[in-house]
Amino acid sequence: MASEQPRVIVVGGGLAGLAAAVRIAEAGTPVDLFSMVPVKRSHSVCAQGGINAATEPVKQEGFSEWNHFDETLLGGDFINHQPPVYEMAYWAPKVIDLMDRMGVPFNRTAEGFLDRRYFGGSVFRRTHFAGASTGQQLLYALDEQTRRYEAAGKVNKYEFWEFLWPVLDEDGECKGIVAQDMRTMEVKAFRADAVVIATGGNGVVFGKTTMSVICTGAAAARCYQAGAWLGNPEMIQVHPTAIPGEDKCRLMSESARGEGGRVWVPAVKDESGEWKPHPDAGRHPNDIPEHERYYILEEAYPNYGPTPRHGNLVSRDVATRGIFFAVQKGFGVGGGRMAYLDITHLPADTKEKLAAILEIYEKFTGDDPRHVPMKIFPAVHYSMGGLYTVYESDYDQPKFLTDIVPPRETKESDPSKGPHPGMVNGSPWNMMTNIKGLYAFGEVNYQYHGATRLGANALLSCIFDGLYCGLSVVNYVKNVVTNHAADMAADVFNAAVADEQAKIDHLVQNQGEVNPYELHRHLGEVMTDACTVVRTEQGMIDALEQVRDIKEQYSRVRLTDTGLWTNQNLSFARALWDMILYAEAMLLAGIERKESRGCHYHLDYPDRDDASFLATAVTEYDPEADEHTVMWEDVPTPLVQPRIRSYGKKETDDEQGGKKKAAKKKAAKKVARKKSSKKKSTRRKKSSAR
Amino acid sequence: MNASQSTTSSTKTPSTVRIKVKRQDRPDTDPYWQPFDVPFVANANIISCLQQIASKPVTADGRRVAPVAWDCNCLEEVCGACTMVINGVARQSCSTLLHELVSDGTGTTDEPIVLEPMSKFPVLRDLFVDRSRMFNNLKAIKGWVPIDGTTSLGSGPKEDQASQDMRYALSRCMTCGCCLEACPQFTFDNDFVGAQVIGQALYFNMHETGAELKDDRLEAMEAPGGIADCGNAQNCVKVCPKELPLTEAIASVGRQTTVHAIKSFFTGK
Ligand SMILES: Cc1cc2nc3c(=O)[nH]c(=O)nc-3n(C[C@H](O)[C@H](O)[C@H](O)COP(=O)(O)OP(=O)(O)OC[C@H]3O[C@@H](n4cnc5c(N)ncnc54)[C@H](O)[C@@H]3O)c2cc1C
Ligand code: SF4
Ligand code: SF4
Ligand code: FES
Repeated sequence: MASEQPRVIVVGGGLAGLAAAVRIAEAGTPVDLFSMVPVKRSHSVCAQGGINAATEPVKQEGFSEWNHFDETLLGGDFINHQPPVYEMAYWAPKVIDLMDRMGVPFNRTAEGFLDRRYFGGSVFRRTHFAGASTGQQLLYALDEQTRRYEAAGKVNKYEFWEFLWPVLDEDGECKGIVAQDMRTMEVKAFRADAVVIATGGNGVVFGKTTMSVICTGAAAARCYQAGAWLGNPEMIQVHPTAIPGEDKCRLMSESARGEGGRVWVPAVKDESGEWKPHPDAGRHPNDIPEHERYYILEEAYPNYGPTPRHGNLVSRDVATRGIFFAVQKGFGVGGGRMAYLDITHLPADTKEKLAAILEIYEKFTGDDPRHVPMKIFPAVHYSMGGLYTVYESDYDQPKFLTDIVPPRETKESDPSKGPHPGMVNGSPWNMMTNIKGLYAFGEVNYQYHGATRLGANALLSCIFDGLYCGLSVVNYVKNVVTNHAADMAADVFNAAVADEQAKIDHLVQNQGEVNPYELHRHLGEVMTDACTVVRTEQGMIDALEQVRDIKEQYSRVRLTDTGLWTNQNLSFARALWDMILYAEAMLLAGIERKESRGCHYHLDYPDRDDASFLATAVTEYDPEADEHTVMWEDVPTPLVQPRIRSYGKKETDDEQGGKKKAAKKKAAKKVARKKSSKKKSTRRKKSSAR
Repeated sequence: MNASQSTTSSTKTPSTVRIKVKRQDRPDTDPYWQPFDVPFVANANIISCLQQIASKPVTADGRRVAPVAWDCNCLEEVCGACTMVINGVARQSCSTLLHELVSDGTGTTDEPIVLEPMSKFPVLRDLFVDRSRMFNNLKAIKGWVPIDGTTSLGSGPKEDQASQDMRYALSRCMTCGCCLEACPQFTFDNDFVGAQVIGQALYFNMHETGAELKDDRLEAMEAPGGIADCGNAQNCVKVCPKELPLTEAIASVGRQTTVHAIKSFFTGK
């Protein structure tokens, strides 16, 4: 018997964290909610385009949850675990209904029902939206419900508190956290019977990104150092359309293309009908005649979707490469690095639906995108990889899952039906990491999106995790936990606080000459060069060398602020260490994944290799030895078999638009190499980080 | 690139720009001013200047000092964190671009850019203030839709486009506090709720289920510090970065409150 009611800690107040807090508090379990910023300012506010669900009208148009599920797998290039994706797709209409009931001002049809738009990687209209600031409205609705539970005393908020470390008991079960008040700098331990990490993505590892400044991945990397595994850390989404800026890259949402926006570059056709960069680089876009506009994606993917222009909406990795290679071949605007995203031809009421992003563009560039095409370039945007999590389903579990999820005692499903294709509702294991009692929800976990996330699926997966797996957390603390945190002796917690305090003291007193901000800039450049749109083996190996050098320099970091009050420098420099470790894991997994899949486009191995790599790269870190291990876990495919991902590509062309020969040559080289590195037999391979 | 190379020349395109920051080490210590010179980059925002200072906290006169603390997150004017008083006006430092501030767009470095923390909230450090009052006020007006729970119970109420338009506009309030900084009635230590909360009260009252708590909200609006304290100066609406329809909101909640007060008078509730 517990001496006290079980408590749950949720770290992170974005969509995933708030949905979890609401769901858990609703079930009567008190929640302590931690966030580095007031939860209403979490990164989720940035989300623009929308949230997917095959709702009733979608079904009457001939599509279904199954199509949503299937497109998500195709987008992810089939390394997404299928039961969780299935459950998410079939749960999605409920999420929309719920958010609608919470008062989210979704756009409406003339008659007053929910409006929908097209989105990337999909051939049907299934994206629900509130203008072009959907994330803001969804987050606020959950923030409001959280405030309601806060007012009722069921949720306790710790805002401006930074999570530093998970506290594990002697059995390795998670029993709380150590956190620091970012204002007073107080370091303190908090007890809980389960901890949910919902800390979002890690784009800041790459320096400039579309993400917010606190999206460093540090919280995940801290769990990683404490023994949690990462899944597919190499899978990083680069969004095709962003505006590069001094301090960050600002996203121009896929909704611009969903509403009919087109991507083009200035060009001219030669005698053979081939596009060539236009000799006059200095023209104003509005002076460029239609026949000198090369619609790169439409031409490359003419057979995708309901209209010939739907090629603009191919999966993000594909669109990004299209733009990247066009620019590389000299097609960039003014000979530079940008392409045009053009919405000038759209009717005024459609532009109105995009107002939120058009305002951003206008504000930061000074040009009015209603009249002048926007200049865009790809930017790091989303982390498909993240903390490794398990789940329970009716199917045989993959290898590592069976080590963690105990065999089911009774199969409760209706014997007259086959196995349930999704997850087991309420199972305490859903979205638990390999550390018992430590969960990961939202962008921070590696589930659902495989090797490329489809647009408008992230908001869904975050809210779904919180709601659906929130129940799992409740069931875990009520039915599984025997050793309650409240009953534990204080020494484990005190020791954890002392450890963190020692790290802080060391960092504050360090007398080196290295500036953490400059070191971070360097890390970002190295990672952006080697581990984004196009990757090569040598590139990643060299980058790993450089990251190790950065790690060495880190030991000589000197803070510009050594004060003990609201020291932002400390928080940043501390996160830099975690970013360096995360970067190593990304590169190591990237080097070992000797194939191309989704966003992992590997020039040395341009083809997908299901025989060897229909698998998750699971990384484990050994802090004593400072060593990462990459382990491979096959991804089961109980529902859909992997198929070729073409997105209606023009027959004679490959993605790079006519570099077939080069690719073939490389493929030949690949076969030769693969003999020496046949993966399947050696599923566990040490990769030293030193 | 060195921040200590201060230039006071009046060349047309400045290579550096001077930024004067009002600093305060702790909530209970006195404020003081420090000048910094940072490289001028067209299209750069105030935040990137502060990032430069964080990286190399050296004043214009070459003194090494503690870096300036400030609050930010999204860097695209949607999280509301980065509000400060820039050249006397409360606004978002992420969407304030340098070239707007340096006179005539190309300008000179003679006139410094002045950064101050908001004056209506307690300073934590430097430009970083504590706005919990705004969030607490949302609690006081029961700023939520009282749904039955998260289980699936069908869709929400049907809504016409005009109502959605208005609610969408109101839902974009990012709790930045610009409206409160500009409001003559909202002070550091009185209890006026200000335009932010009035806007949100309307937002929830407009929703069919949200309206179930309308009476509670209007009672909060009738309490001391409620809508009666608004002097209709309209400063709020001029500075709101998200262009909320605050004038309409104040008028509308004012009417709702009057109706509610009369109703309570006659029903004795
Ligand atoms: C510009 C942009 C537009 C997007 N548009 C869309 C879209 O239209 N549709 C879509 O589906 N997806 C979109 N996405 C993706 C989506 O917004 C994110 O994946 C999602 O919001 C992540 O939510 P989250 O709850 O996992 O984390 P976040 O919203 O990132 O929240 C993380 C939380 O964790 C807290 N935190 C982090 N570290 C710590 C720590 N150490 N200690 C304490 N707290 C911590 C933070 O304070 C924050 O509260 C977009 C992303 C970007 C960048
Ligand atoms: S109208 Fe004037 S007094 Fe009323 S809230 Fe706005 S600024 Fe304040
Ligand atoms: S009403 Fe406008 S100015 Fe006031 S807090 Fe909201 S967004 Fe900011
Ligand atoms: S940093 Fe979010 S509004 Fe400026």
